[in-house]
Amino acid sequence: MNHSISLTVNGARRDFVLDDPRVTLLDLLRERLHLTGTKKGCDRGQCGACTILVDGKRINSCLALAVSHDGADILTIEGVARGDQLHPVQAAFIAHDGFQCGFCTPGQVMSAIGMMQEAQAGNDPERIRECMSGNLCRCGAYAGIVDAVLEAQAGMDETNQRRSA
Amino acid sequence: MKQFDYVRPATVTEAVAAAAQPGAVYLAAGTNLLDLMKGGVSRPDRLVDVTHLDGLDQIETLADGSLRIGALVSNADLAHDPGFATSYPAVAEALLSGASAQLRNAATVGGNLLQRTRCAYFYDTASRCNKREAGTGCDARDGENRGHAVLGWSESCIATHPSDFCVPLVALDAVVEIEGRNGRREIALDELHRLPGNTPERESALEPGDLIVALRLPPAARGFSAHARYLKVRERTSYAFAVVSAAAALRIENGKIAEARLALGGVAAKPWRARAAEDVLRGVAPTADAFQEAAWRALADAKPSGDNAFKIELARRIVVRALTLAAAGTPARVPALPASPFASTSGAIHA
Repeated sequence: MNHSISLTVNGARRDFVLDDPRVTLLDLLRERLHLTGTKKGCDRGQCGACTILVDGKRINSCLALAVSHDGADILTIEGVARGDQLHPVQAAFIAHDGFQCGFCTPGQVMSAIGMMQEAQAGNDPERIRECMSGNLCRCGAYAGIVDAVLEAQAGMDETNQRRSA
Repeated sequence: MKQFDYVRPATVTEAVAAAAQPGAVYLAAGTNLLDLMKGGVSRPDRLVDVTHLDGLDQIETLADGSLRIGALVSNADLAHDPGFATSYPAVAEALLSGASAQLRNAATVGGNLLQRTRCAYFYDTASRCNKREAGTGCDARDGENRGHAVLGWSESCIATHPSDFCVPLVALDAVVEIEGRNGRREIALDELHRLPGNTPERESALEPGDLIVALRLPPAARGFSAHARYLKVRERTSYAFAVVSAAAALRIENGKIAEARLALGGVAAKPWRARAAEDVLRGVAPTADAFQEAAWRALADAKPSGDNAFKIELARRIVVRALTLAAAGTPARVPALPASPFASTSGAIHA
């Protein structure tokens, strides 16, 4: 039986007909939309490489059935920059060497963006490490990742202060 | 993953009818179910998707002072609800000590209650497992079993229930609201999960089609908010299941314990309420000696199921420390490392 679903992906509405309900959001993004920035690491919800935002919240796309997310608003790593202008979290990862091989980086960046929106960690490195524990980095670039998130958070706080001033 | 039919009911009644069919299971977030299906551990014929049902994602205070939590409220939304974290701090701390932020954003309250054991032999379809396939045997019994049960286990099964959330909930007398083929009923959370006995494949009191629609905390559960903690030892500081955990909640009046609540996690096939320990704490001062006595009572019936005798002594120490932390008072904010013995703000003395 076919299932029709529609999603908003990086701001654009996309319609799909699924001839198999087993497809995950991760596989839909990679195989049907060729948005291969979202990575398949463990495919079991353990590594965080597949992190995307669904309705503004970070989740593991490997454990989400596409058919169940009919109507969802999805943001992937391909949708966070504005043209050539990187998202502040992306720029901070480059500035602080928040990666080596780069495989986990899209998931790390999406997780950091989601975490900053959740506003639970603030600028406390210990809370940032805890709130980012769902993203593994086998190169061990964790020190750079925490520094990058701290800088991005400081930039966001400054922007918010300027806006409220 | 085996092929399955996908159905999306419009009402709870339709959902119950669809899920009562043989081979059908409910799908909420799927954070545990999809993992099990990918590994061939769960092989349902039909998924009944309840995530689009209306009215199951509310947190509401009832007229009698109970709190009613819809089954589809996410673990993260519940833990970060300011009123919830203030009134039931040990539950919020337990939630935040479980899984990762991504999983907590997706995973639901109802799904957390019904998550399956993380016993490696249950997950490995090449191993014998009485829980996965009744009557085949238990390879954990003579296998790598240092993480397995020390209370309530049987020769058929030594698996543990992995939930953190359920531990403080069972201590606070949480009630589960269930919609079934014969209408609505409710049971104590303490009666939801079953001990293995000779039928470890029967994990809960739920019948075919039964849908958990809400969880309720009774009015008395708020009375512990000033002295309530969850403490969890794991093999790494974050994003790991408990080796042993404990939820401790005290109501202290005039320097004495008016009422104590205590439950253990990671030690049995269900969240383990330690009523004998609670009884010995009633009416006494919150002292180290009293907490030691409570810990001995809590583990009085414990016995190793394999290479895990250390968990009994570890559990005693976790009980003492959780009670000590609770007596010291609930922190204003959940520590940076929730429920961790390494939390820099814990201020705990070693047991």
